[in-house]
Amino acid sequence: MSNEPEYDEITDTYTTGHEWDGVKELDTPMPRWWLWTLYATIIWAVGYWIAMPTWPLISDYSKGVLGYSQRDVVAAQLNEAKEARKVYSEKLLSADLATIENSQDLLEFSMASGKAVFGDNCAGCHGSGASGAKGYPNLNDDDWLWGGSLDEIHETITVGIRGVHEDTRLSDMPAFLTDEFLDEGQIKDVAAYVIALSDKSVTPPAGSSEIYQENCAACHGEDATGNKDFGAPNLADSIWLFGADQQTLISTISYSRKGVMPSWAGRLDPATIKALAVYVHTLGGGE
Amino acid sequence: MAKKPQNFEPPQQAAKPIVPHADVERAAVDAVNKSEYRSLYAAQKKIHPKRAKGTFRTIKWWVMIVTLGIYYLSPWIRWDRGPGIPDQAILVDITNSRFYFFFIEIWPQEVYYITGLLILAAIALFLVTSTAGRIWCGYTCPQTVWVDLFLVVERFIEGERNARIKLDKAPWSWSKLAKRTIKHIIWLVISVLTGGAWVFYMNDAPTLMAELIAFDAPLTTYFWIALLTFTTYILGGFAREQVCTYMCPWPRIQGVMMDNDTLSVMYKEDRGEPRAPHKKGDSWEGRGDCVQCRQCVVVCPMGIDIRDGMQLECIQCSLCIDACDEVMEKIGRPKGLIAYDSLANFDRRANNEPEKIQIIRPRTLFYTLLIIIVGGGIFYGLMNRADLDVNVLRDRNPLYVHLSSGDIRNGYTVKILNKSHDIRTFSLSISGLQHYKMNVVGIQEKTAEGLPVIEVGRDRLRSVKIYLTVPKEDLTSDSINFTITVKDLGSDSISENVTSFKGPKT
Repeated sequence: MSNEPEYDEITDTYTTGHEWDGVKELDTPMPRWWLWTLYATIIWAVGYWIAMPTWPLISDYSKGVLGYSQRDVVAAQLNEAKEARKVYSEKLLSADLATIENSQDLLEFSMASGKAVFGDNCAGCHGSGASGAKGYPNLNDDDWLWGGSLDEIHETITVGIRGVHEDTRLSDMPAFLTDEFLDEGQIKDVAAYVIALSDKSVTPPAGSSEIYQENCAACHGEDATGNKDFGAPNLADSIWLFGADQQTLISTISYSRKGVMPSWAGRLDPATIKALAVYVHTLGGGE
Repeated sequence: MAKKPQNFEPPQQAAKPIVPHADVERAAVDAVNKSEYRSLYAAQKKIHPKRAKGTFRTIKWWVMIVTLGIYYLSPWIRWDRGPGIPDQAILVDITNSRFYFFFIEIWPQEVYYITGLLILAAIALFLVTSTAGRIWCGYTCPQTVWVDLFLVVERFIEGERNARIKLDKAPWSWSKLAKRTIKHIIWLVISVLTGGAWVFYMNDAPTLMAELIAFDAPLTTYFWIALLTFTTYILGGFAREQVCTYMCPWPRIQGVMMDNDTLSVMYKEDRGEPRAPHKKGDSWEGRGDCVQCRQCVVVCPMGIDIRDGMQLECIQCSLCIDACDEVMEKIGRPKGLIAYDSLANFDRRANNEPEKIQIIRPRTLFYTLLIIIVGGGIFYGLMNRADLDVNVLRDRNPLYVHLSSGDIRNGYTVKILNKSHDIRTFSLSISGLQHYKMNVVGIQEKTAEGLPVIEVGRDRLRSVKIYLTVPKEDLTSDSINFTITVKDLGSDSISENVTSFKGPKT
């Protein structure tokens, strides 16, 4: 509803002429500072179109005369960070692993950067807390397949397990059933024997000890404590990679297990691998 | 369309034919910023305050010298704290997250001291306001001080009030251009110095000065200088009284702190009215003391007329008191027609009671008490500030680790904060666990009792990772509380931290 504007004496202004249920609106002018701000933003916007990447085009976008690109900025920042870390990564390269762990600043650097690298590369299988999962070893505990010393951890990370590296760690447990070394009954007996190794309440069946000694002791040892040279697990302790129930053990013996860890040489630079080795070693289980 | 009546224009005062008191300067003006002439949509009208002379102007000069002196010079005060720690008395060290103030040093987690200080400052402001009105606004507020400084420059270059009004109206000439250019250059120099002094509080002043001169300082430093240069120049040179009237919330809040006994700059209308020009020798009978000379109006930096009563715009800078007193002296009337006075005194005079200044009141006593409590609390806290702080964080991922022997291991991060200015060594010990094996990552040194020894640098934090292994037989519950004790081997002061050892559900 629009009428003629009226003069309002109290405020010395006209109304807009609009009226809603008797309520009229004063046609007050814009505050000057508000208008100036509006004009300034318009000028700024035009300048921004010219200076910065703004307009989407058919197959590209307008680049702007300043040539600004967020992608370049991130790349430059990453390079800067790399340069800043260089002081430490060069020290890491020249120092041996034990020296790194005994120097306060190198240790702190390795623990911090190792944690970040672990989160990016290792946590997918081993978990963010490095506590592993079924088939993926817990790196916090003191049970190591290939050894828990600094050098052994460093070697494992570098070459991987069943990885592409020419010196990769390789262990090949036979699939005792499919390779026809043992029949199902024997496998069941030897599984019971293995359970009895760590569970004293179980009595191993008669003859199972002989099966074990003939078939398994060569790698896992006569006392079943394993052999880190072959990556043969300790069967006498209370830590199990795939599980300690009868069903799992029968399956492991029958068909073998072939866990894989990538070789990180080539994917991570040597200084990073060193920092990672120190980090894993300081998780508590390191030898 | 309805007809629009004539515009609101300040009524022009016709020059009076009589020549009153030849030695009293008179001005035929009306207050520029009077509320009834002010519109949100009109452009700001420039105020040309005349320089006042007198007691309060002198006080204000000194306040200006002292406050500006503190601001510009304090970053240069040195305070030796020992090797490796900044020797600047007042320093906000953002990179290393420390705040230094003479003998006080504050870490980020102790920011409550700053909060306390701000609360203290607020209550002190309440006390001052309830006692004597807007002392802060009129004398010490940076806006007031810097505007005063800018006005000194303006007056020096362009002359006194009338000359400045004339110059404003004059067409552009070489002389006007020269005056304006010089004025703005000096203003900008002051602004740059203001921004320049600010950054010295965040950095070692002599080092930064050398870097600034060599154009070698960090970009953020130049950014801050530019920002404060801009705000100082705009707020001090142009926005001026608009800042106090429109931008600052304080004028609108302080009303609640004032009561009838609060002293404020007031025009005693009971004495001044009816006002009228006065001719030397005429009788003072039947009229007030105000001679309509409007010197109170022309000196006002806020462009108001104090005789209109208490106003939001009035920052109570007292310059009108000086202006009025000077006139009263010349015409032979008692000083104090405009003075620090209270509303209660208006009533007392109306009832023929003697005037009284009532400073001690429940309100001021309450604020004083609050200041004592808060100030005492902060002081006590600072005097008893511990220079050793220990935080123990137990690992949550994994919560515990099952070892091949069946034993359980827990990991903890122990953060030792050495807030003293000496290198200190600490030992770590465990109590509350029957059997345990402790391994501290990266620590080989041991005390005679076989406890690990941890060295922490001066004014530094060091966090160490410790692993505790407890035999499975000892795990009577899935959570056992025990204590990690960090002992200062130098002073034997200790910090005990209760934490827990977690295991599988039993």
